[in-house]
Amino acid sequence: MTTVIESEAGRRVNLDAVRDILRARKELLPRHLIAVLQEVQDVYGYLPEPALEEISYGLNVPLARVYGVCTFYSQFRMAPLGKYIIKVCDGTACHVRGSNDLLEELKTQLGIHPGQTTEDGLFSFETVMCIGACGLAPVIMIGDETYGKLTPGKLSEVLDSYRRMEE
Amino acid sequence: MTITLTINNEAITVPEETTILNAARHLGITIPTLCYDPRLSVSGACRICVVEVEGLDNLVPACAYPVSEGLVVRTNTYAVRKARKTIIELLLANHPHDCLICVRNGNCQLQDLATEYGVREWRWQGKTRHYDKDVSSTALERDPNKCILCGKCVKICKEIQTVSALDFTKRGFSTLVESALHRPLAETVCVLCGQCLLSCPTAAIRDKSHIKQVRRNLDNTDRYCVVQVAPAIRASIGEEFGLEPGTLVTGKLATALRRLGFRQVFDTDFGADLAVMEEGYELIDRLKNGGVLPMFTSCSPGWIKFMEHFYPVLIPHMSSCKSPQQMTGSLIKSYFAEKEGLDPKDIYVVAVMPCSAKKFESLRPDMEHDGHRDVDAVLTTRELARILNIYGIQLDVLPESDFDKPLGISSGAGVMFGVTGGMMEGALRTVSELVTGETLERLEFHQLRGYAGVKESSCLIGDKELRLAVAHGLGNARAVIDKILAGKVEYDFVEVMACPGGCVGGGGQPIPSTPDIVKRRIEAIFSEDRRNHIRKAHENPAIKELYATYLGEPMGEKAHKLLHTSYSPRLPKGI
Repeated sequence: MTTVIESEAGRRVNLDAVRDILRARKELLPRHLIAVLQEVQDVYGYLPEPALEEISYGLNVPLARVYGVCTFYSQFRMAPLGKYIIKVCDGTACHVRGSNDLLEELKTQLGIHPGQTTEDGLFSFETVMCIGACGLAPVIMIGDETYGKLTPGKLSEVLDSYRRMEE
Repeated sequence: MTITLTINNEAITVPEETTILNAARHLGITIPTLCYDPRLSVSGACRICVVEVEGLDNLVPACAYPVSEGLVVRTNTYAVRKARKTIIELLLANHPHDCLICVRNGNCQLQDLATEYGVREWRWQGKTRHYDKDVSSTALERDPNKCILCGKCVKICKEIQTVSALDFTKRGFSTLVESALHRPLAETVCVLCGQCLLSCPTAAIRDKSHIKQVRRNLDNTDRYCVVQVAPAIRASIGEEFGLEPGTLVTGKLATALRRLGFRQVFDTDFGADLAVMEEGYELIDRLKNGGVLPMFTSCSPGWIKFMEHFYPVLIPHMSSCKSPQQMTGSLIKSYFAEKEGLDPKDIYVVAVMPCSAKKFESLRPDMEHDGHRDVDAVLTTRELARILNIYGIQLDVLPESDFDKPLGISSGAGVMFGVTGGMMEGALRTVSELVTGETLERLEFHQLRGYAGVKESSCLIGDKELRLAVAHGLGNARAVIDKILAGKVEYDFVEVMACPGGCVGGGGQPIPSTPDIVKRRIEAIFSEDRRNHIRKAHENPAIKELYATYLGEPMGEKAHKLLHTSYSPRLPKGI
């Protein structure tokens, strides 16, 4: 039987995968929590709240503890990533050549902070320490594409090009 | 194996695995603590207990450091005092500076430490946190801005109560104590027992106050304000006025409430006697007619909420009796109102309770009859003390007086509801006589008394041996329930109180409520029982009159409407 339920964020979550993951394990013990969370995130791309409740019941770990572990480790995400993941390099070279201005521009344009995803699910952005393209500083990556020697103005044009692709 | 060590040049011999902190306490040497509680696992989180150990470069936390042979410890050097002071200053750097208007002003461990260590400036200025308060629940409020992350609430909820409504989330500067999925407390498995509040060193967890609404109603001359006081209050509220723990203030309490302006000062002990009658008859009925056994007591609302979240399978086992608070309230607005020719809608019933969950209970949907809520407001022991202070009523020096009649007349059985095992003991005194028709000579059931987490006993009633269990603290209750459900033990009657020690250790009681203090309150309750010349609920003349003139039979139609309730599974499901 397939269970699809609506999570608090209004996203529809199919719980079959998390149930399969739990069922496939030889044992279900509280100490398996992190491993199970990793498997579930691999499938869903993030940790949906209803899946966390399934994990809590399955492993006999209180939900408050499950949530505590999810929020403690930076490897775990509580919301899905956007379609396009923007990595803003904030390594030394990019930093001195104005990565901060790019970050501010992104915050204004997208209305989110690093680590968050826009409401339309299109963009996530995060800062990274160095992507090894210092000659192009300040530089960002969107998916596998690299955009170098950016200014806030040029960045805005780049974002527009992605938005146009979606129209 | 024993170990000899030196603390501040005094030698002491202690068992292996003793911590420096406990060794020092044996010597009468004070080491301050914030996150340490002897009932809980040790985390060494706050570092306020640091001491110097000869041969080590760094200070060590006394609460977590085990002693070893020949250890040389100094607890009071310049380096130690300076480190502790810095820790306090760092805690204060990220703590609201609003002590004067804080509910814990004068009863705050952080404030006390700042005083003791002579903190006289805001030494560190840095980023501060700003979180929303969680005021969603009907009994407890959380203010994360005041939290110092000692973790005692998390551990008491997990280790003593096995509820685990709270845990640490995030990390570093963003670390926070939160409920699951950042949900409001009202939408979690929290049972509102308030043990976290009792253990909180600051005001991060506090009462959802009913003080304002009570005062407003007391000032309203059109309102007929009636108060009822739970058994445990008389054994604890004296502490709020500087009296020794375990000092009984029954008569002074009645005077104080009258001076506040209550038109009638009633005693929840009366409702407790009534609960003995109804619950006693219910037990006899189940025994005689093959009803569901064991029967569980239902007077502790934290326990009820726990059962609904964690063990809804027990619903058929639960006594359908409302708690003494709700029974008393219900009768004030029916029996008493009729007797006095009052319109129930003009009556405002305030209950003074040692309990935070009683606020939640009073708001349960079916706690009413004919559109009249059984109880309109619930004050914790602490809140009543606060109101008395506002009114300038100094409880400790007041003359004594009696509760009003008829709902102020009670037996020794009623007052025993305030302690673990007391409800069952009171019920046995009545059940035994009702079943056998013979006068019960042995009034005290000592196997049911004491502080052991689970107490088992049996009692011959007629030709039937009743198998009994008493649990206090929800972790102990869980242990008993799991054994019952696994078929490992069988009982006929089980008493559960959500809080360690029973109501005298309730979440609404004065702070501190350490096990030592709770035990002294328990003794006070037993002495109150002994000094009452009526010790059996069914011999209470006011109860007899109530049945004769108003209710008819116990468990009868009228009793069902006014005094009984029902339960349902509650989400989220607990584990």
